[in-house]
Amino acid sequence: MPKWFQPTTLLCAALFAISPFVIANAPYESTMGLVQKVFYYHMPSAWVFLTASVVCGIASARFLATGDARHDRTALAAAEMAVLFGLLTLVTGPLWARKAWGTWWIWDARITSSLVGWMIAWAYLILRQYGGPGSEKLSAGLALFGMANVPFIYVSVNYWRTIHPATTVVPKLPFEMGFPLLFCLAAFYLLMFLLMKLRTHVAEQQARLDAIYLSLDEQA
Amino acid sequence: MTNVDFDEVSAEDVSRHFGRRRAVSRMTFRASRGTILGLLGPNGAGKSTLLAMLATLLRPSSGSIRYGALGTAAGPALRARIGVLGHDLFLYPELTARENLAFFAGLYGIADTNSHARAALERAGLDTRSEDPVSSFSRGMRQRVALERALIHDPRLALLDEPFTGLDDASTGALVSRLKTLRDSGAIVILATHDLDLAEGLLDHALFLRDGRIVEAMTAPDALRSTYRSVIGR
Amino acid sequence: MLRAIWLIVRKDLTVEVRSRELAYTTLFFAVSCVLVFAFSLVQEGRAAEGVGAGVLWMAIMFAGNLALGRTFERERQSETLRALMLVPAPRPAVYLGKLTGIVFLLALTEAVLVPLVALLFESALLSHPFWLAAVVATGTVGFAAVGTLFAAMLVRARSRDVLLPVLLYPITVPVLIAGVRATVAIAQPEFEVDVVRFWLMLLIAFDVVFITLALWTFEPVMTD
Repeated sequence: MPKWFQPTTLLCAALFAISPFVIANAPYESTMGLVQKVFYYHMPSAWVFLTASVVCGIASARFLATGDARHDRTALAAAEMAVLFGLLTLVTGPLWARKAWGTWWIWDARITSSLVGWMIAWAYLILRQYGGPGSEKLSAGLALFGMANVPFIYVSVNYWRTIHPATTVVPKLPFEMGFPLLFCLAAFYLLMFLLMKLRTHVAEQQARLDAIYLSLDEQA
Repeated sequence: MTNVDFDEVSAEDVSRHFGRRRAVSRMTFRASRGTILGLLGPNGAGKSTLLAMLATLLRPSSGSIRYGALGTAAGPALRARIGVLGHDLFLYPELTARENLAFFAGLYGIADTNSHARAALERAGLDTRSEDPVSSFSRGMRQRVALERALIHDPRLALLDEPFTGLDDASTGALVSRLKTLRDSGAIVILATHDLDLAEGLLDHALFLRDGRIVEAMTAPDALRSTYRSVIGR
Repeated sequence: MLRAIWLIVRKDLTVEVRSRELAYTTLFFAVSCVLVFAFSLVQEGRAAEGVGAGVLWMAIMFAGNLALGRTFERERQSETLRALMLVPAPRPAVYLGKLTGIVFLLALTEAVLVPLVALLFESALLSHPFWLAAVVATGTVGFAAVGTLFAAMLVRARSRDVLLPVLLYPITVPVLIAGVRATVAIAQPEFEVDVVRFWLMLLIAFDVVFITLALWTFEPVMTD
């Protein structure tokens, strides 16, 4: 592991430790009250989920084009991030929705698209796990299709039902509300970056181990 | 599609692994026009994997396979010159023998598929059964149709995986003479087999494989069984 | 290339006519699906409002999944898919050939499903037959385009039977949504052309994008 890994991990842990205080000091949102604070974890999770999905799609495309195993490792790590942060998004969302709109689940454009996207990421992992040998290429194909599908999913779900608040919530926030959001975004993105680095490192070590086994076999 | 041709097929330090298992390990050899090369070895020696790589179905993990001056990137034009008889026979059971042959003949770019199919069935001695579905054939008969399917487009390189399995004496004799004719017409024939007695009179060159490696190469091989035993040791 | 596609389609048709296995089983399965839905959704002798469109598309997707699996299972016997990959034709021709076959099979099934659903669920599906045909056709092509690639991909994978729906259904969600919404709009008493046209455009865009993507990825994904 590179030298900067440990100090950066400590930094990330610090950011998360401080975040509740930063959030607590943000002003109360008049209509939704205390529970709106979940938003500061919910939105960064959603952004990281989306970013991870895009990274997975691009890495998969590069893997299919070049056959370089590094891209495959990146795609796998990104898919795991997508499932993790997608789950976080899909759990924090209903928590907020319950208090804000009175129901646990609403079939609106964004949350439904996220659910479908999350299932595609999950399908990627299932395919890797149970597809047998050669499943790296197959899952890359799936990821590519998943990424191409994003606009279609969004449009179809959007025109199907929608009551999600508009994205313009972010720019219109006064600074006291905007700063905690940026703080949490930084913390979440740093976490995603660190986890991906860790995961690809493990995968790399596994690949090296396989190579060693193979070369041993040769000497025999 | 331009017509390609080549005089020899060569493998240079070819390896193929699946995860941690090395199926083929650093094989180097050459096979030229008008020869029959035999791949001899126990199960798991890497014969089928090697044949799959020669057929362009599988890519080597390292090393290269060349067809004359061409590499595997030659694509469709190269595939047109290769014929494969696999372990599984590549035949549609619901179709008749003639339909199977005509179908593949068409895909290999032959214009008059039906007459080619009929001629091939005559060569196999199955013209009386040409309109019967392949599912009604015995294993040996299916093998004969499969062989004709593999050779219907007059390939330069013929790859055969255990072609003698399940054949009776008459069919075996017919296959041996067919392969000799093929060789004499200038094809490169590479076959994997267990049947050492048969191979004895047939092969021009032999490669003994064990655990993914070539352990012995012989030209104009004889006394195959004793060589096999000493080299493979089983 | 076209000759290869035609040969493959003709071969699949011949095999099918001989055994009739796929046509009968897919059809029967689709009809049993409709029955299952009928017993689940019909209450007090009347179907819930507008449920016919949903039932139609669910039946298409389930029957389609079955047909895809069975079609490629056939090519797995005797490894004929490998033989197809060996021929000099460009490999996407194999994809297009199989796709055409599947679309025919599903079209046959839908010819029975649509009147059946319209009848059992008291749905005015047939009020605008050309629009319905366009929607069902583009939706089926989209579903089959993705499904043919995935089923081909999975031919040599373990757990392939269960993996196909796991991969296929999330990716074809837009087809399902567009298909159902358009069909509902068609079955309504006041026919809204704009709504149907919108969903139809979406389906056409989906078909174009995904067939293109499948043609690009077929060879890299199918070769080892």
